Amino acid sequence: MSVTPQAIIEAGLVQIVREIADRPTVAVRSDTSFADDLDIDSLTLIELVVAVEERFAVTIPDDRVRDLRTIGDVVDHVLGAV
Amino acid sequence: MSTAPRTVVVTGLGMTTPLGGDVPSTWAALLAGRSGARTLAESWAEEAAVRFACPAAVEPGPQVGRALARRTDRSTQFALVAAREAWRDAGAPGTDPDRLGVVLASGLGGVTSLLDSYDTLRERGPRRVSPHTVPMFMPNGPAAQVGLELGARAGVHTTASACASGAEAVAYAIRMIRSGAADVVVAGGAEAPIHPLPMAAFTNMMALSRRNDAPERASRPYDKGRDGFVMGEGAGVLVLESAEHAAARGARVHALAAGVGLTSDAHHIAQPEPHGRDVARAVAAALADADAAPEEVVHVNAHATSTPLGDLAELAALRQVLGHAADRVAISATKSMTGHLLGATGAVESVAAVLSLVHRLAPPTINLDDPDERADLDIVRDKPRELTAGPAVVLNNSFGFGGHNVALAFRAE
Repeated sequence: MSVTPQAIIEAGLVQIVREIADRPTVAVRSDTSFADDLDIDSLTLIELVVAVEERFAVTIPDDRVRDLRTIGDVVDHVLGAV
Repeated sequence: MSTAPRTVVVTGLGMTTPLGGDVPSTWAALLAGRSGARTLAESWAEEAAVRFACPAAVEPGPQVGRALARRTDRSTQFALVAAREAWRDAGAPGTDPDRLGVVLASGLGGVTSLLDSYDTLRERGPRRVSPHTVPMFMPNGPAAQVGLELGARAGVHTTASACASGAEAVAYAIRMIRSGAADVVVAGGAEAPIHPLPMAAFTNMMALSRRNDAPERASRPYDKGRDGFVMGEGAGVLVLESAEHAAARGARVHALAAGVGLTSDAHHIAQPEPHGRDVARAVAAALADADAAPEEVVHVNAHATSTPLGDLAELAALRQVLGHAADRVAISATKSMTGHLLGATGAVESVAAVLSLVHRLAPPTINLDDPDERADLDIVRDKPRELTAGPAVVLNNSFGFGGHNVALAFRAE
């Protein structure tokens, strides 16, 4: 069984989303939208970004935050940065 | 069309206090004469000069939900809990959002959130400061969150007058309805000040009792041994409504919110004017506003924080305004049990005053073992006092650092 970096990052991200958005059982896919599917507003998205930075030791510049619309966007960013 | 100011009624009550997480449990504890004070278990308290307080009986976070709790100050969480109870109690009025207002006060604002964020800034750097910090510590946070939850669009306001803030919020709400700006206003106060910094600051003002060896006996208004107040936390909320609006929807009315008196001392930033001069003017104004004679007053829920000067100044003012009628007024100092909830106190005690009118019972003042001879009015001690049936007026007084005086009059027919 191979575990891809993408799967590891996605799993970590799901954990963060469940914690911050208090959605312990939410189903998350790479095209899950923060605003439309998870009801995460812009302030909470920044909170999430900071948690992602901490967990994966990456930096997501503030001017990139507005481009992060889905779970997949964040995973791609982390993959590109590490 | 009549241009007379509209009559305002109380249709909903809610509170979460050191005595209970809602109105029934708090009221039962008030009648039972129970103290909400206890020794603080937090490690910071070990080295503090004052190591006790009146913490809330029920944690607010789990009640508001974890996601909301993460981005709201504890004071806002108390406000939400009390507002939801008051709203349910009022029968969840189906009001036009444009005619629904909120006035919710706090004395210190989201001070613990601000201080916690500062700890994060120092320990982990600016990037780790939560983006929710500003909405959490802004003083209008409780009002804004309650307004959002109820969808209130007639105006959401915050009064700030230290320990008179909650009462001033009720006063402001009454005036909003009288003026026609709103038909229903959710009003009250919330406070969450139990944190080492506010505790140290109030301690160093010589405002807090230092009776560390007997916390339950520390809040003792009118007693010779009183040495300051005991810090408390929680919220009180009332749903106020125009009488026409309440009648149209067949709402149960607890009482009339009949009179408002607001004055200021212009004396000292933290000391009360010792003769109660401007407190007397506030009480007189509330009675005049309620069109009430001194003889109609049956009960006063006093501000009485258990400080040497303040307790007596208030009694002097009551004597001055009520004259001989003052001898027949049952006076209760419920802070002997709840502690002092700062910006929430005026709202919590307004709820208690309305309950006294509804149930015709004045709660006791506990720890009054050796009364100060100068406290020469009828203080209810030991057990609740029955109040006379029939038309009656009760008063609630609140005063704040800065010399703010608020008197509210509630009436039952």
